[in-house]
Amino acid sequence: MAWFAIVLIKILVAFGALLLLAAYMSWMERRVFALVQVRYGPNRVGPAGLLQPIADGIKLMFKETVVPSQADKFVFFIAPALTLIPALAAFAVVPFGDTVTLFGQKIDLVVADVNVGILYIFALSGIGVYGVVLGAWASNSKYPLLGGLRASAQLISYELSLGMSLLGVVMISGSLSLKDIVAGQADYPYIFLQPLGFILFVICMFAETNRTPFDLPEAESELTGGFHTEYSSMNFAVYFLAEYCNMLTLSAVAATFFLGGWRGPLLPPVLWFLIKIIAFMFFFMWLRASSPRLRYDQLMAFGWKVLLPLSILNVVVTAVFIYLLDS
Amino acid sequence: MSSEAGQAAAPDRDILGPIRTETMTLNMGPQHPSTHGVLRVQLELEGEKVLDCRPEIGYLHTGIEKNMEEMTYNKALPMTDRMDYLAPMSNNLGFVLAVERLLGLEITRRCSYLRVLLTELTRIQSHLVWLGTHALDLGAMTVFLYCFREREAIIKIFEKVSGVRMMTSYFRVGGVSREPYREFYADCQKFLDDFPTRIDDYEELLTDNPIFRGRTRGVGVISADKALAHGVTGPLLRACGIDYDIRKKEPYLAYEEFDFNVPLGEAGDIYDRYRVRMSEMRESLKIAVQAIEGMPEGPLMADDPKVVPPPKELLATDMEALIHHFKIFTEGYDVPAGEVYQVIESPRGELGYYIISDGSPSPYKVKVRAPSFSNLFSMTEMVKGGMFGDVVAALGSVDIVLGEIDR
Repeated sequence: MAWFAIVLIKILVAFGALLLLAAYMSWMERRVFALVQVRYGPNRVGPAGLLQPIADGIKLMFKETVVPSQADKFVFFIAPALTLIPALAAFAVVPFGDTVTLFGQKIDLVVADVNVGILYIFALSGIGVYGVVLGAWASNSKYPLLGGLRASAQLISYELSLGMSLLGVVMISGSLSLKDIVAGQADYPYIFLQPLGFILFVICMFAETNRTPFDLPEAESELTGGFHTEYSSMNFAVYFLAEYCNMLTLSAVAATFFLGGWRGPLLPPVLWFLIKIIAFMFFFMWLRASSPRLRYDQLMAFGWKVLLPLSILNVVVTAVFIYLLDS
Repeated sequence: MSSEAGQAAAPDRDILGPIRTETMTLNMGPQHPSTHGVLRVQLELEGEKVLDCRPEIGYLHTGIEKNMEEMTYNKALPMTDRMDYLAPMSNNLGFVLAVERLLGLEITRRCSYLRVLLTELTRIQSHLVWLGTHALDLGAMTVFLYCFREREAIIKIFEKVSGVRMMTSYFRVGGVSREPYREFYADCQKFLDDFPTRIDDYEELLTDNPIFRGRTRGVGVISADKALAHGVTGPLLRACGIDYDIRKKEPYLAYEEFDFNVPLGEAGDIYDRYRVRMSEMRESLKIAVQAIEGMPEGPLMADDPKVVPPPKELLATDMEALIHHFKIFTEGYDVPAGEVYQVIESPRGELGYYIISDGSPSPYKVKVRAPSFSNLFSMTEMVKGGMFGDVVAALGSVDIVLGEIDR
């Protein structure tokens, strides 16, 4: 019973924090943009505009839900959830702190320590694509259709390199569990052993989360919003939230695999973990503020002709090194 | 092996019939973030590939040319700002030059220089809007806000000098609407001093950016012959390598006294258009600096009391002035019968005003040769066979103003 209660509390705390963080990332993004673009950004609602995400949420809730004529209603409504749920669920295997002892109970600060954790994350991020594609298809509109097609092609191509780029770390640590991978980085983070893997993963991360310069499925100036063109009200908000959750989850994965997860000197582990995630998020925002967007064919060529060979090369080189060092 | 597979698949195909494919017609606009106004572009798409592209105009028709026929020349002037609202001074200039030619009116040298200074600031301002929106179309947001920051500085100068931010109507037949304010030259100088480092900033963000280059180099190409056949002018034509700048070829105002280059491209692609416009901003800067330095002394308004309204302060004391003022603003002035075609180099290309006068105070006919119109329809040539993303990039590089196209 106690075990069940602990798991429930962990789920509530972790997902509550994740959703809240995702909402506040929209605030942070706007503030960072404003900083880059010599503006103020939201600064009216609450101190430093901190209540802005809540105000936005309330506003969106009261907006009318517009469904395009002849849209596939069931799919149309289920699709946003289909992107948000995997994005949230993927976070379950990411350890966000060391084992702590509370009320005589030893508690691992991870919702679920799955021994094939990384496969689980990939499986879920694969499902996340369905939400985008189905939502776009169900809208019965041309811009979303194009956005959906772009999304399916892009996400599938970049998923490969994403997986490949992590393989090096998995080979070094010898485990698929994220907890073991963090444990393996007690001396130094894997970024020193896998610099190429890290760079490849970060690039694929941008493509996986539809962020500039890979934001083609949305491409506001071309597709007027892409797959979520027809979405309004909370349906739109869910897509929006899912995008930020995805970014957070992948940032957490990157931090776990390459930067030592929650490890760090002086500060408490959870704080270190948060700092690393937010550093990644800042990088996301920084790049979006300063970079143009790729074209569809360039994006595909880059994925298949540059990233994939490089990530395979990374795996091969890592394997050779491990073999040589072992023997 | 392959024939066996083909036989095995044959029965299925009989049931399904041949697979039918269709192209998709996509209406881009009139409401679309990247059509720069209310343009509608009909695209024939095969996946992401553009098979055909037909720009449809007419959503912003204002009847400005026709309305001018009902107005005196002075009243027709403010209509010109509303056509190309991003280059109000250039539009004013084309109109007043045409009317002045009909009247045979000589403007003063100081007025010429002031007009040169202001039209070059207009060119910079217009190119800044182009750069910002073009970069925004390609997904680079920040350039847009930087450009609008600099544009704001120019707009503020316009506001102080003419009273209005965008629809300045500052140039009048025979001169300008009023003396520039006292710190005008200092304000201009301050802007001109700051601006070179700002352009460097934009270039740093875009010129060598591999993504920007990938999106623009060899994309949206139009050959020099095709461009000429379409009547393309301005930076688009110069990007194809054709040295055609009206400021050099048919100098108006005092342009022959200024030292500036005409930047040229080679490939005629989007990147060259970008380079040409960026260099043009620097050249405009040079001209503006020369205009301030060489600003002559002397009267500003032409000496023709029938056309140029008397100074306001005379109205209270001088009977003649009051009558002239009243006549000019109510009846207008007779313009000798005849016709004139006056071209100027607007930021977008050859802006021509064709005016027929029947000797009355209002024009018999005004026809504007809008550069955006010809430039826009060269777009079909640029994007056919390209990708969907190129349409937006090419449209941005054409730099259209719908108000000018539909008139």
